[in-house]
Amino acid sequence: MAVFVGRRLVESIPVLILSSLLVFGILHLVPGDPVDAMMGAASFGISTPESQAALVAQIREQLGLNEPLPVQYVTWLWNALHFDFGQSFIRHQAVATLIGQRLPSTLELAGAALLLSVVIGMAFGTIAALRRHTWVDGAIMIVSLAGVSTPSFAFAMLLILIFSVTLGMLPATGSGSFDRLILPALVLGYEGTALIARLTRASLLEVLGREYITTARAKGLPRRTVVLRHALRNALIPVVTIVGLQVGRLLAGSIIVETVFARQGVGQLAIDAILQKDYPLVQGIILLTASTYVIANLLVDISYGFINPKIRTA
Amino acid sequence: MASSTPRSGPPDIARAPLVSAVVADRPRLPHLAKPAGPYRRAWWRLKRDRLAIASGLVLASVALIAYVVPLVITIDPYQQSLRDSLLPPGTPGHLLGTDNFGRDVLLRLIDGGRVSLTVGLFAVLISASVGGLIGLVAGYFGGWPDRVLMRIVDVQLGFPGILLALVIITILGAGLEKVTLAVGIGGIPRFARVVRGSVLNTKGDLYVEAARSVGATDLRIMFVHLVPQTLGAAITIATFGIATAILSIAGLSFLGLGAQPPQAEWGLMLSEARRYLRVAWWLAVFPGVAIMLVVLCVNLLGDAVRDALDPRISSTAD
Repeated sequence: MAVFVGRRLVESIPVLILSSLLVFGILHLVPGDPVDAMMGAASFGISTPESQAALVAQIREQLGLNEPLPVQYVTWLWNALHFDFGQSFIRHQAVATLIGQRLPSTLELAGAALLLSVVIGMAFGTIAALRRHTWVDGAIMIVSLAGVSTPSFAFAMLLILIFSVTLGMLPATGSGSFDRLILPALVLGYEGTALIARLTRASLLEVLGREYITTARAKGLPRRTVVLRHALRNALIPVVTIVGLQVGRLLAGSIIVETVFARQGVGQLAIDAILQKDYPLVQGIILLTASTYVIANLLVDISYGFINPKIRTA
Repeated sequence: MASSTPRSGPPDIARAPLVSAVVADRPRLPHLAKPAGPYRRAWWRLKRDRLAIASGLVLASVALIAYVVPLVITIDPYQQSLRDSLLPPGTPGHLLGTDNFGRDVLLRLIDGGRVSLTVGLFAVLISASVGGLIGLVAGYFGGWPDRVLMRIVDVQLGFPGILLALVIITILGAGLEKVTLAVGIGGIPRFARVVRGSVLNTKGDLYVEAARSVGATDLRIMFVHLVPQTLGAAITIATFGIATAILSIAGLSFLGLGAQPPQAEWGLMLSEARRYLRVAWWLAVFPGVAIMLVVLCVNLLGDAVRDALDPRISSTAD
């Protein structure tokens, strides 16, 4: 087991290093001078050429652009490891502070969506498998196929049309209260719910066909015990992997969901930063999310090894 | 998997559908004068799948409308007419209503369909050509090229696609072509992995050895003998890839990073509809339904294509 964990840890290091190189590269791959691109917004209100030049020099100095590239990278990475992602030249605040302000809203949304998709997805998948080939199964499968094919922004607007515009039950925009969380969490969790339901169904059907289930039934165990104690436990092993992959989906989805519902989250901050060419902010957000993703997948893989001993030796 | 030659032992069921010589010996297959190739047999299976045919027909009509109507009708989907703004669907002359600038929603929908289908296909073309080449080279040569290329591919797979797209857009700037490129690059690893896998499966076959023994060059073996064998898997990935690409590009356009106003693009149209949601539901509903319909059909077709090309894989596994 220790070898398995160790190897997985070592494997994720190149991903993290290459991610950091890619994110670091943003500033240097931008066509033209990144400082010129940032000046547009940063120099607002500064008119004289001398003070403009002074600002350019100041930004250059702060970004460390006067150093050789490897030195820049190491310094940048070292600071990033200490959650120092530099300054936003447009918002005049530390990138870490800006992200920190927005993080709770995004975590709340992602957590609610994940909880929703795991609970509902597993429940629906189990029901569909037990009622296989009935209309219940058919309905659940159609709804989940739609979940995989529906773009989140279209689904979000449909929900706003129904629940906010027509019925007036829930607020369409904003964040901070429970009723403002319901629609965004539903939208963000839909795709995951659909995937988990489909996978739980397939996996449970496969397990229910095994001999030890027949044995358990033959012993005269109640159906509930057979399904919950014997079948579901084994059937959920592949589902754990999907939960890990959800982290990536949630990251992608939260950007769109936050935009539709005008939630003040990290995703929306990222889009604003990209459109405003606020490079240090973009770098900070992408580096942080990428690391979260890699670490989440690492944890899932390791927990997978604990749940299923066969993996460890593979 | 057994590493012995294909002739010895029981027929390798796992590979039978791809090797017509083995299949033709088996008695329960269609009685034909000439053994049919694997792709023709896949086509037979696909034709019997009603859902697939229906999805295919829907997609074909969408494509037909999107590409042909603009050639026939001369009305401009960008024609503004502020007097006719926000007309509801059913208004004479504007079947699906008009938007805030008085532009016809149906015409914009058709124009947007052309844009979405084109960029979706382009993105998959980028992923398939670059990814396929990487997979071919890695699988055929093995050794250090394989290790280096697959290492890079794995790293990219470990990095969320949306973040990669955002990095590329930050560097290149917003725009439909740039978003297409970003989504195309994001699709490379899947093609590389799948093509490499099927090259590894076939490069040990006797006919490859035969080709080599009569003096075929590496390039000829790769492109004439191996590429056709990888097509099956690549077509399946490509079909699903188109659905993903259309969704991603529409999503990025929705965020304002892709298509720019006044272009008619489904994601952008939905985004612009947000401000008029309370007064003009049709601006959001029609583009939304259009994206859903196309993506659903492409996904259903993808399921069917996968089943047809490889009947042993059930549609529930993914």
